[in-house]
Amino acid sequence: MDVVNQLQRQFLDYSASLHREGFLDDQFTQLQKLQDENSPDFVVEVASLFFEDCEKLINNMARALEQQGVDFKQVDASVHQLKGSSSSIGAMRVKNVCIAFRSFCEAQNREGCLRCLQQVTHEYSLLKNKLQTLFRLEQQILAAGGSVPAIE
Amino acid sequence: MDSCNCIEPQWPPDDLLMKYQYISDFFIALAYFSIPLELIYFVKKSAVFPYRWVLVQFGAFIVLCGATHLINLWTFTMHSRTVAMVMATAKVFTAAVSCITALMLVHIIPDLLSVKTRELFLKNKAAELDREMGLIRTQEETGRHVRMLTHEIRSTLDRHTILKTTLVELGRTLALEECALWMPTRTGLELQLSYTLRQQNPVGYTVPIHLPVINQVFSSSHAVKISPNCPVASIHPSGKYTPGEVVAVRVPLLHLSNFQINDWPELSTKRYALMVLMLPLDSARHWHVHELELVEVVADQVAVALSHAAILEESMRARDLLMEQNVALDLARREAETAVRARNDFLAVMNHEMRTPMHAIIALSSLLQETELTPEQRLMVETILKSSNLLSTLINDVLDLSRLEDGSLQLDLGTFNLCAVFKEVLNLIKPIASVKKLHVSLNLAPDLPEYAVGDEKRLMQTILNVVGNAVKFSKDGSISITAFVAKAELLRDSQTTEFFPVPGDNHFYLRVQVKDSGIGVSPQDIPKLFTKFAQTQSTAIRNSGGGGLGLAICKRFVNLMEGHIWIESEGLGKGCTAIFMVKLGIPERLNESELAFMPKVPPNHGPTAFPGLKVLVMDENGVSRKVTKGLLVHLGCDVTMVSSSEECLRVVSNEHKVVFMDACAPGMDGYEIAVCIHEKFTKRHERPIIVALTGNTDKVTKENCMRVGMDGVILKPVSLDKMRSVLSDLLEHRVLFEAI
Repeated sequence: MDVVNQLQRQFLDYSASLHREGFLDDQFTQLQKLQDENSPDFVVEVASLFFEDCEKLINNMARALEQQGVDFKQVDASVHQLKGSSSSIGAMRVKNVCIAFRSFCEAQNREGCLRCLQQVTHEYSLLKNKLQTLFRLEQQILAAGGSVPAIE
Repeated sequence: MDSCNCIEPQWPPDDLLMKYQYISDFFIALAYFSIPLELIYFVKKSAVFPYRWVLVQFGAFIVLCGATHLINLWTFTMHSRTVAMVMATAKVFTAAVSCITALMLVHIIPDLLSVKTRELFLKNKAAELDREMGLIRTQEETGRHVRMLTHEIRSTLDRHTILKTTLVELGRTLALEECALWMPTRTGLELQLSYTLRQQNPVGYTVPIHLPVINQVFSSSHAVKISPNCPVASIHPSGKYTPGEVVAVRVPLLHLSNFQINDWPELSTKRYALMVLMLPLDSARHWHVHELELVEVVADQVAVALSHAAILEESMRARDLLMEQNVALDLARREAETAVRARNDFLAVMNHEMRTPMHAIIALSSLLQETELTPEQRLMVETILKSSNLLSTLINDVLDLSRLEDGSLQLDLGTFNLCAVFKEVLNLIKPIASVKKLHVSLNLAPDLPEYAVGDEKRLMQTILNVVGNAVKFSKDGSISITAFVAKAELLRDSQTTEFFPVPGDNHFYLRVQVKDSGIGVSPQDIPKLFTKFAQTQSTAIRNSGGGGLGLAICKRFVNLMEGHIWIESEGLGKGCTAIFMVKLGIPERLNESELAFMPKVPPNHGPTAFPGLKVLVMDENGVSRKVTKGLLVHLGCDVTMVSSSEECLRVVSNEHKVVFMDACAPGMDGYEIAVCIHEKFTKRHERPIIVALTGNTDKVTKENCMRVGMDGVILKPVSLDKMRSVLSDLLEHRVLFEAI
């Protein structure tokens, strides 16, 4: 039981730090609330979907921005999608970058867009790592026979 | 002498005496023969003479007497026996006829005498009848005069004409020397000479009213003879002539109040005028009874005519006054209407002019709020927003109040959920209350009807205002809101002396009490609370917003709802209780289909609050879709997911109660889908509720959503609680328009 408690405490601390650092916001907490007996892997599923989506979108954006004649509309559409996804999952930092990205798109500033794209990619990978760590912790707790503590 | 058989007269014919006898006999015979001739002549002339045979007899008698005397003439000288014989025969006949005539006359003479007496009698009678005829004629004359006089008097309604005519006509009819009318003065203590016949402008003689002679006249309803020396009669200087007889009669001055419907006009009035009539000087005329009667009749008629004239005068005056007032009122009304119109125009213009900048400020401030701001900036923007909201509310209040004042505000009646109203108020007030650490509790009586008919918006406004005041003026403690149906015995409250609610079958009186433990109100300030713009000393210290209109508006709303609102407080620092009662209708029968559409939401929301509710979610973004699905599944809904508009239109059916669609992605026609759904489901209860999930709730988006017929807009991201409350609201009201 000590192990479980330790693991749980670790989990909570890690979650708190993620929130503190702005990687995640309230929406993520909401998602966690939705996880129950009927859908035990809800959060993981959503996160996976998010990652897939993200990668696809980033690739799209990169390709679009490499073109000579940049189709800002297309880029904007992708950014919009990304913004929606990130806000749905609660990825705050990613979302904020998307907001800035959009304004550059509207201004048709290629340099700015490229910069934002870089930032987005960076944030995305950071988040992915962190979430994967979190999920691993969860698995460990469950494996140790405990239950994942709810985050207030 | 020979024996001639002659008779010798006794005396010699030459004797003087014999001569005289001879002459006399001759004349007698002459007269005796002429008398019958005369008689015959005159009788023939006259038409009627009843005693003809008497005449004949008499004539015979006279003729025979004449014959006798004639024959006698021959007896003076020597005459033969034949003459003597003739003489004797004549005398015999004469004697016979004379005796017969004498006998006849015994019968006839009394007859003739009686004729004479009859004649005398008839003559007397004729004289008497003549006299009576004269009298009757006179009376008829006077009657005619009275009628004419009355006619003259009654033909005019002018007081002066009446009186003048009376005097003139009376004077003429009765051939009076002087006729005068004395009227009582205003003080009632004197009689003043008002009208006379002869003198044109009578100088104001007055006599005191309490003279014995005057009292005598006033106490009798008949005309009374008075002495010519008394003051009322000495108006016409008679000088050396003996004054004629004077008569005075009272003329009652009747008022309208004397004419009772049930009684005849009793002469209970004390006001009389005096009419004095004087016969011509130096005449031996006396007042006859019929003349006095005439005077009395005239006096009565005059009284009536005068009162008619007075009544008419008064009614004419009243009518003129009314007409004047009418005109003035009309003018005032028109002025008031103009003022109201001008005021309304002004308000309309000002309203529009004031609201336009307000809109700009509020809209742009909220937009500004959405952008990236430093915390300081955010605070400033929030303050700007709050203040402008307050100002907007104030503008609305002012407009409402002015519309309330001139009665042009009407309640929007509708059926609504009563409990929901209270809960909404509670929800709205909870944040503020919790900031102030105030505890708010709501107690709804179990017998409170769930649905009521009334103006939901204004009722909520009223409750909110009252509760808001309670919160505003309490620093700490608790606020309790109680609502129950006012029972009949409670309706007679000592506080509400002007308010008499009548319980009935299709309405009830809702009584709401809000008790707070705040600063309270001193008893003398309580009446001022409901007047506009008046703030008591204690409230002026605090920074209370709203300009003091809130309670005044509440009072007006409550009055419109046929209710009553009042505040009880034991004094400063002891808190106060605001109580109001409003009349609400009981809905007859709720629409069955609507009820079927509103599943009852239990107050404690469990995880499966909407069991089996079929929902359609349309979102291109996989992640959002999954999250939304997760939310709804967690709430127990049966979720169908689609990722494109065509798929959405294909799949949507009337089994789906709600459709959530993402409406903000560029290139997505969320709006078109809404329109298509509207076309597909024409009946309202078949159509699912359409809600847009969007990342921005700016005005344009909202307007677009409204235009295409969406029932609600929700800002992403949606929390679990928010989704839950959204769903419950949607299902109850079928419309949400905004949930942030």
